[in-house]
Amino acid sequence: MTRLLIALTLVLAAPFAQATVRVFTCEPEWEALARELGGDRVEVYAATTAQQDPHRIQARPSLIAQLRQADLLVCTGADLEAGWLPVLLRQARNPTVQPGQPGHFLAADSVRLLEVPTTLDRAEGDVHPQGNPHIQVDPRRIATVAAALGRRLAEIDAANAAVFGARTDDFLKRWRAAIARWERQAASLRGKRFVVQHAEWVYLFDWLGIQTAGAIEPKPGLPPAAGHLAALKAQLASRRADGIVRSPLGDPKAVEWLAAETGLPVIELPQTVGATADAGSLFALFDAILGRLSDGRR
Amino acid sequence: MSRTLLASACAGALLVPYSAFAASDPEIAELKAAMAEMRRDYEARIGALEKRLAQAERRAPNKDAAPAKAAAPVAAPAPSIATSPASAAAVAAGPVTDPVASPAVTAPAKAGAGAFNPAISLILEGTAAGYSRDRDGWRVPGFTLGGHAGLPPEGLSVGHTELVVSANVDDWFYGQATLAVHDDEEGTELELEEAFIDTLSLPAGLGLRLGRFFPQIGYLNTHHPHTWYFVDAPLPNQAFLGGQWYDDGARLSWVAPTDLFVEIGIEALRGGSYPVDGDTDSLVGGAQNAYAKIGGSVGAEHEWQAGVSYLWAEPRDRTSGHGHEHGGEGHGGESFAFSGDSPLFAADLVWKWAPDGNSTERHAVVQAEYFRRREDGDLTFLDDTGSALLPYEGTQQGFYVQGVYQFMPRWRAGLRYDRVWSDNALRVAVNESGEDDADLLDESGLLDDGHDPDRWSAMIDYSHSEYSRLRLQFTRDYTLPEADNQVFLQYVMSLGAHGAHKF
Repeated sequence: MTRLLIALTLVLAAPFAQATVRVFTCEPEWEALARELGGDRVEVYAATTAQQDPHRIQARPSLIAQLRQADLLVCTGADLEAGWLPVLLRQARNPTVQPGQPGHFLAADSVRLLEVPTTLDRAEGDVHPQGNPHIQVDPRRIATVAAALGRRLAEIDAANAAVFGARTDDFLKRWRAAIARWERQAASLRGKRFVVQHAEWVYLFDWLGIQTAGAIEPKPGLPPAAGHLAALKAQLASRRADGIVRSPLGDPKAVEWLAAETGLPVIELPQTVGATADAGSLFALFDAILGRLSDGRR
Repeated sequence: MSRTLLASACAGALLVPYSAFAASDPEIAELKAAMAEMRRDYEARIGALEKRLAQAERRAPNKDAAPAKAAAPVAAPAPSIATSPASAAAVAAGPVTDPVASPAVTAPAKAGAGAFNPAISLILEGTAAGYSRDRDGWRVPGFTLGGHAGLPPEGLSVGHTELVVSANVDDWFYGQATLAVHDDEEGTELELEEAFIDTLSLPAGLGLRLGRFFPQIGYLNTHHPHTWYFVDAPLPNQAFLGGQWYDDGARLSWVAPTDLFVEIGIEALRGGSYPVDGDTDSLVGGAQNAYAKIGGSVGAEHEWQAGVSYLWAEPRDRTSGHGHEHGGEGHGGESFAFSGDSPLFAADLVWKWAPDGNSTERHAVVQAEYFRRREDGDLTFLDDTGSALLPYEGTQQGFYVQGVYQFMPRWRAGLRYDRVWSDNALRVAVNESGEDDADLLDESGLLDDGHDPDRWSAMIDYSHSEYSRLRLQFTRDYTLPEADNQVFLQYVMSLGAHGAHKF
């Protein structure tokens, strides 16, 4: 009986005995950012891979088990994870990561969101009341999130605050230099017009001054209908675009049809870290995005 | 932002149309007065708005809403990140001047009186059902049915209309209520299916649920019908749980701090309805349930969960539920009531697969449940002339197994096989009723007539969006020895808040 009690105590105390901060991240970009800022002082778990659609994840048993042990949750927020995170939070029985606690960090809370809808109607598709949540494709917003996340890590693990501060400073320094480089590289893209598949490039286009020439998904999350595609084709015939942008996640059929009909190049861009082979880190992600956009390569 | 400046800007903007006219001096004076009045008005309104915003910010659960304030002391060892995110971003942004950091004024949808309304979602569901045989004769040989067991109404009908309201009560509690409206033989019925609170902040992985909820028995019982893959509940769920069973009580559960998902829990249930109908006066409830669940992933593509549960139930004069034809009640004042032990064991397994774990394009779900109930006690028969006592001992079992495959976006197809069987020993010990012994045994419904009920069901459904679903289902029903061909057309729609679904 005594031995059982000791074993039980050890099991219950296990999460407290760890020296590192256990970070549960909802998307790969925040996994990469947490690793950049935390180094060996964090243990990072990613709930989704770049091959998964963060809208459509289930509160799976393995996610519950991971969140149960986490010290910090890092997610996009803005309702991107509305279909699974609330259930996950309740089932994981972890008071430290509940909303309102320091262990609950939503990236979208520290940046300004675009496309905040003025009316909310599901007839408009899968709209997000707080604005478009796909913020990770704007490096300026990543910088803002990084600063906030660095502070949050320091708040959660005060013993390592100096480490997190130094790492965050170092990251931001390298990141700002990279942004300056990317912006020089992207100067020629300003004013270009691209057709998009899903409304996930708003922040990238906002950063680079690129215009949206149309969307293959007529409304977020709804499939393209033939009539919509025909109208888009006619619209592109009267005013030409510079290409069609898609992520590896989307269904390629409609994109390929439109490309064949209009002769526009299809540019596949990684939407997050790991989405394509050349986007293995946060820096590589934007190197890949800008390289592919500039080349206009498939 | 200076509020005077803003007010002048607003007033100025309103003034623009007027400037198109050549105005005389008195008109200008009048306009000036109007403008001053407008400015006072706007200042008052903006003041009020700012006050409300400040209140909302103070109440806002996320500390990020005021990042600059929260930041400074914590980031002290690292001077440069102590700057507000806005300034960090401004530096980072370089030549692009667009500020990306969240000014305190974002989250516009959250401000205002409606911000703290609970999430409300409404499920609309309707069915068209056709049966090749007479539905009124439907029963499950070897079982006395209770609860909501039975076939969906023949013809056109609105099924289960569900209103789900939920929200975090505060940082300690979460609350949820589900109201279901459906029709049965007696008319439209409003039922409170769920009304529970969950704790959010108990330490050490503990959780307490209080109120009315679906007991953790098997898999399907704890899932709302609109998330089911088939129109109706499988035969074992109908026979052992009356379709779907909810009850009042308390649940204490614990999630282990391990990479393998492990949850164990105990439930004290009131037990006032089928399948229990026990001693509801007891402080620990008329029934108790214990369960364990484990689950995990195999690579990125597979996820599984398995569960077992055991329900201790001691029915006292348990009659079957309301209204269904061959239940205990019905034949003009005749009824059967069971008293004794009726423990129920259940096991379930769910396996989900998606290529790369991305379920949008294709995915598959295989699930199976098994139930076993051992009853030991007496059946009491009552009619106008008297009563009879039938000692009864029986073992009843059942399972279903089903597979559903999404073969292309929005389209799913599924196949289900369900079966129940029983081994009941029943005799007439005392008979002071008007019926003879053989009729009593027959009418108890506990004799299986040498036939084990089973069914095959196939379905295909289409979801235009996450929120709408249309389904076609065929069932070859051998619940009774003569087969019944059944066809169902169903719609299931979700309105309102984005309901988050569990695994």
